[in-house]
Amino acid sequence: MKTYNVNEKGYYGDFGGAYIPEMLYPNVEELRQQYLSIMNEDSFKEEFHQLLKDYVGRPSPLYFAKRMSEKHGAKIYLKREDLNHTGAHKINNTIGQILMAKRLGKNRIIAETGAGQHGVATATVCALMGIDCVVYMGEIDIDRQAPNVARMKMLGAEVRPAKSGSRTLKDATNEAIRDWINNPVDTHYIIGSAIGPHPYPDMVTRFQSIISEEIKWQLKEKEGRENPDYVVACIGGGSNAAGTYYHFLEDEKVGIIAVEAAGKGVDSGESAATSALGKEGIIHGCKTLLMQTGDGQITEPYSISAGLDYPGVGPMHAHLYRSGRGEFFSITDEDAMKAGLELCKTEGIIPAIESSHALAIFHHKKFKKDDVIVINLSGRGDKDLNTYIDYFDL
Amino acid sequence: MNRIHKKLQEDKKLLSIYFTAGYPNLEDTVPIIEQLQKSGVDMLEIGLPFSDPLADGPTIQESSTHALTNGMTTAKLFEQLKDIRKTVNIPLIIMGYFNPMMQYGVEAFCKKCNEIGIDGLIIPDLPVDVYNEEYRSIFEKYNLINVFLITPQTSEDRIRFIDSVSNGFIYMVSSASVTGAKNTFGDAQNQYFERISNMKLKSPQIVGFGISNAETFKAATKYGKGAIIGSAFIKMIKEKGIEGIDDFVKSIRL
Ligand SMILES: Cc1ncc(COP(=O)(O)O)c(C=O)c1O
Repeated sequence: MKTYNVNEKGYYGDFGGAYIPEMLYPNVEELRQQYLSIMNEDSFKEEFHQLLKDYVGRPSPLYFAKRMSEKHGAKIYLKREDLNHTGAHKINNTIGQILMAKRLGKNRIIAETGAGQHGVATATVCALMGIDCVVYMGEIDIDRQAPNVARMKMLGAEVRPAKSGSRTLKDATNEAIRDWINNPVDTHYIIGSAIGPHPYPDMVTRFQSIISEEIKWQLKEKEGRENPDYVVACIGGGSNAAGTYYHFLEDEKVGIIAVEAAGKGVDSGESAATSALGKEGIIHGCKTLLMQTGDGQITEPYSISAGLDYPGVGPMHAHLYRSGRGEFFSITDEDAMKAGLELCKTEGIIPAIESSHALAIFHHKKFKKDDVIVINLSGRGDKDLNTYIDYFDL
Repeated sequence: MNRIHKKLQEDKKLLSIYFTAGYPNLEDTVPIIEQLQKSGVDMLEIGLPFSDPLADGPTIQESSTHALTNGMTTAKLFEQLKDIRKTVNIPLIIMGYFNPMMQYGVEAFCKKCNEIGIDGLIIPDLPVDVYNEEYRSIFEKYNLINVFLITPQTSEDRIRFIDSVSNGFIYMVSSASVTGAKNTFGDAQNQYFERISNMKLKSPQIVGFGISNAETFKAATKYGKGAIIGSAFIKMIKEKGIEGIDDFVKSIRL
């Protein structure tokens, strides 16, 4: 059977696997052997769902955006991940992984962060559980994202600057991996997206799959059917998208739409449109599409949205792209910013700039009047206020 | 016979040096190799620089970034090494990450290594399992020895598997860490070296990571067949340049 999900060897089609140095093998292998059985334990499921409900505030609403729908001539639903505690979908994954870490007997957590959203979500669950937390963040990002650095500190995490390479997200990820090599026994690495060596992409996807699980019953209540015509999400590493697509992957009647950040334009040299610009290679232990030079050096992407400028893409999405199962769009800074402002004015919701990229789809693809479209609103715009202020001269 | 096999049969403890190609200056690669041979080093690991060397500590990271800024590329390295076998006869190993090799084309890369006279490869992020299933036949076709790492955390079963796939030596990583110089080894390391030695593997072990001076070289080679020095050499060459090589090598093997 054709499948878009991971196989038992950790591959999505040609992509995935675990290309890791031997120093990481015991940790990654331990996780690989145990993650599914731990996630299937009744006590795990119970604790996970209890926290999602009482602490995160799930289920997140599936909101029918009436004025947007009228404006664009389609039935538009917004999955409100922006209403989660800490303001984005990232917390679904960190709750799952902190419970995983506890069951693996780990007492120290490390994480990488770019914009700081995943760092905040990790620091939050570490505070919740009383576990030590170190977050690696590129030196340049620390300067750009001061409020999130402060949040992490208030939550008790130590923020360590990544000073190597380009001093942004990919280097923060390298530093977190190096930390894990140096601390192989007591530490769990909470990766922030559906990337990294197997089993991370699958584990993160499963924790995020609560998004599409809820969409199914919520849509049933509202439309009398479980499946929309399209699901739409933005892709940085691909965790909110993977969670949004998960329960629709094998049903080809549901169109999958992936939106990447074109930055200043796909051909401008300042872009993060990985599917368009990337080539097959290895990044952070995973075979996938990534932006690189002809010589195989990983390049620095650009987007106005700090959460979308990762030079790779999760292996599920590389496979959705290559197989043609997903339809991929790249949205420029300008189009995303306009779409963000449009949502503010038509629905009274200020979206994260990452999510604004997904919202811009209505200016790039024509839908039919009775098409039911679910857009994952991955996060809220509070963290981006300064960018909005600068951009629109507010 | 592959030069690595011949070298491993010599009745002595082997000193191997890692350096980053194209560092400190782009055209230093060949002069460094020639001087290291002249100073009596047994084997060399030529580092192919990568933008994201995730198993390396700050010293090798910095040298890699610097080498890339100098203009080092895979094609450039092959160009520099094309006549190396006219002057150098010690074993030469290329150490690098897998992505640049994939972009060059794994088979094309191996073929080129063979033409130049490279004897082996060390690719930290190409796991033994993937190598065994997908790439082994290519490496063997071009008579390249692939070297795998083990660490204090590697299980006995996996060490036996790695030993069975290896046909040169095993790279024994001294401690759970990224690369970087240390001044001494503790009890834990000595016990680990002894434990591995007692396993009576078919492949000899060469110890790397954290070897920096005569003391750590001696401790590492008490059980192992040899030792590899990387970060300490790079620090030296940054400070003293090629002129410093001879004194450095003599200070290790007293
Ligand atoms: C609100 C929001 N959406 C999307 C993303 C992109 O990440 P992913 O592709 O893993 O969902 C981020 C990352 O920081 C984010 O903060």
